[in-house]
Amino acid sequence: MKVLPVSYRLAVTSRVLAAVLGGYIVAALASVSLTLWVPMARADAVVTGMMTSFLAYLGAVIWCFACRSAWQAWLGLIVSSLVLAATSGLAYWMGLS
Amino acid sequence: MKEGFRQAMAWLHTWAGLIFGWLLFSIFLTGTLAYFKDEISHWMQPEIPARSVTSEASLNVAQNYLQQHAAGASRWLIDLPDAREPGLSVRWQQTPAKRGERGQFTEKLLDPQTGAEVQGRATTGGEFFYRFHFQLQMPYPWGRWLSTIAAMVMFVALISGIITHKKIFKDFFTFRPRKGQRSWLDGHNAVGVLVLPFHLMITYSSLVIFMSMVMPASILAAYNGDARAFYDEVFPASTTPERADQPAPLASLAPLLEKAREQWSGGRVGRLTVNNPGDANASVVLVRDGADRVVHDFGSAVTFNGVTGQLLGTTPEQSLPRAIAGSFYGLHMGHFAGPVLRWLYFICGLAGTAMIGTGLVIWLGKRQLKHAKSAVMPFELRLVEVLNIASMSGLMVAVAVFFWANRVLPVEMAGRADWEVNGFFIAWGLSLLHAMVRRGRAAWVEQLALAALLFGAVPLLNALTTPFHLGNALAQGDWAMAGFDLTCLGSGVFFAWAAWKMQRSGRAEIVTQVRARPITLEREAN
Repeated sequence: MKVLPVSYRLAVTSRVLAAVLGGYIVAALASVSLTLWVPMARADAVVTGMMTSFLAYLGAVIWCFACRSAWQAWLGLIVSSLVLAATSGLAYWMGLS
Repeated sequence: MKEGFRQAMAWLHTWAGLIFGWLLFSIFLTGTLAYFKDEISHWMQPEIPARSVTSEASLNVAQNYLQQHAAGASRWLIDLPDAREPGLSVRWQQTPAKRGERGQFTEKLLDPQTGAEVQGRATTGGEFFYRFHFQLQMPYPWGRWLSTIAAMVMFVALISGIITHKKIFKDFFTFRPRKGQRSWLDGHNAVGVLVLPFHLMITYSSLVIFMSMVMPASILAAYNGDARAFYDEVFPASTTPERADQPAPLASLAPLLEKAREQWSGGRVGRLTVNNPGDANASVVLVRDGADRVVHDFGSAVTFNGVTGQLLGTTPEQSLPRAIAGSFYGLHMGHFAGPVLRWLYFICGLAGTAMIGTGLVIWLGKRQLKHAKSAVMPFELRLVEVLNIASMSGLMVAVAVFFWANRVLPVEMAGRADWEVNGFFIAWGLSLLHAMVRRGRAAWVEQLALAALLFGAVPLLNALTTPFHLGNALAQGDWAMAGFDLTCLGSGVFFAWAAWKMQRSGRAEIVTQVRARPITLEREAN
């Protein structure tokens, strides 16, 4: 069996961390953003946001393993987190909740 | 991971599936058994008679019992019997010594006909599999977290598996038996695709069931950190009125059932909660039984004044998002399923279990081929082999031991229910040790043979230790009891066949490996 180089192992570890932790943050922010923006009663909006968050998580995980490098995986998650945080913040500021 | 998208997904599928495969196998198997949890409990507590009495009659029995034994309690909870669960369960909560504390609960099981306390043998019954399925025998909330994490990994493995498997419908009609590694892959794809809607439903719904635990960010954001306000809004009937501290007789509960049915256009009452019984401020909350429709409604309840019997309020109609969440819950639990649909659930669950099991076997088989010529297997392959054996055939043995313990342990033994569960885990642990000391194939054959023996002998064991043997059960039309014996017998036959196949293919292994190699390598995406 050929021995895999350390750099490869580190890159895989980095992707796994991005997928598990970064993916969770993206999913949580997506659920908050959707909850605040969707025009529904508060409890219903919360349920909708929570229910769909796992699709965002799935998308983030697939992204982390599909893109060319671990750096790109992190970059994608950071950008989408910032966008989602900004939309949530905007909704909060506008008092949409 | 430099190759294309599909290769990347194949990598993800392989490794996510391997790391969580063993845990997921046990979650799927115990969850599948939990579809027959009431029937398993019935077999494990055969003393509890199945009665057919009306809800009204059993509610009268419960009210009489509680008025005699729990008049001063702050709350009564009555679970009415149904066709699958014949016992009438009553619980009551003491008034807490201090405000804000949780009062102590007492639970009794009553015979709905006579009102006497039922003395069944102590056992966790089918509830054990149900609880293990999502709590993994861990303290709250760690087991729930771990099983939900496993569910998310399952979801990722499913979707990446679908992406990997490009010729999904063409390959579906392909099964090449007796081709070693190739047959395992065909089998994995067939069980995967055949019940794909079930896999997707069961996996996604398990995430939805625990979503407020694992994904609470939107609750905190929308309710400014006050999660309690969210739960009060979603479950309005759970708020308890204050005590008036003036005694007043409780109204008769049975007539309220008809009033509730009118509200729900015929829907059955599952549970009654009586708050402050015997007080002027008594209230009765009737919660709908989930078994009469697919969409589960957590909050669906009708509240009555406990003294006058006057209708106080009903919960509003379920909104669409909550109905969707409720249908995920309802579909996962399958409370609504009749006998045919319940068997279909069981078979789909077994297919899911088989999909995970075949996946684990394929992972190892592919890598073992490369080491077929050397005598010693690398450590990591040996580790996977041992875990495969213990998590699959070892778990089967453990389940059988759990049933055996129920019949073999003395009925009056102290801590009996706990020892049944201990027996399960001791057997599972021993199967791990056994897999470590024996060579791979020998360990498979021996554990499968043991499982075959234990399961196959269950009807005999039942006949020797109780009067509820197969002939008797069939004559009385007790299908739950007879079905349990017959299913165990069937499982025994299946394990015997598996052990026999395993032993035979062990002898022919070298030949097939050489023949199968070119085909396997051609397809090897990971």
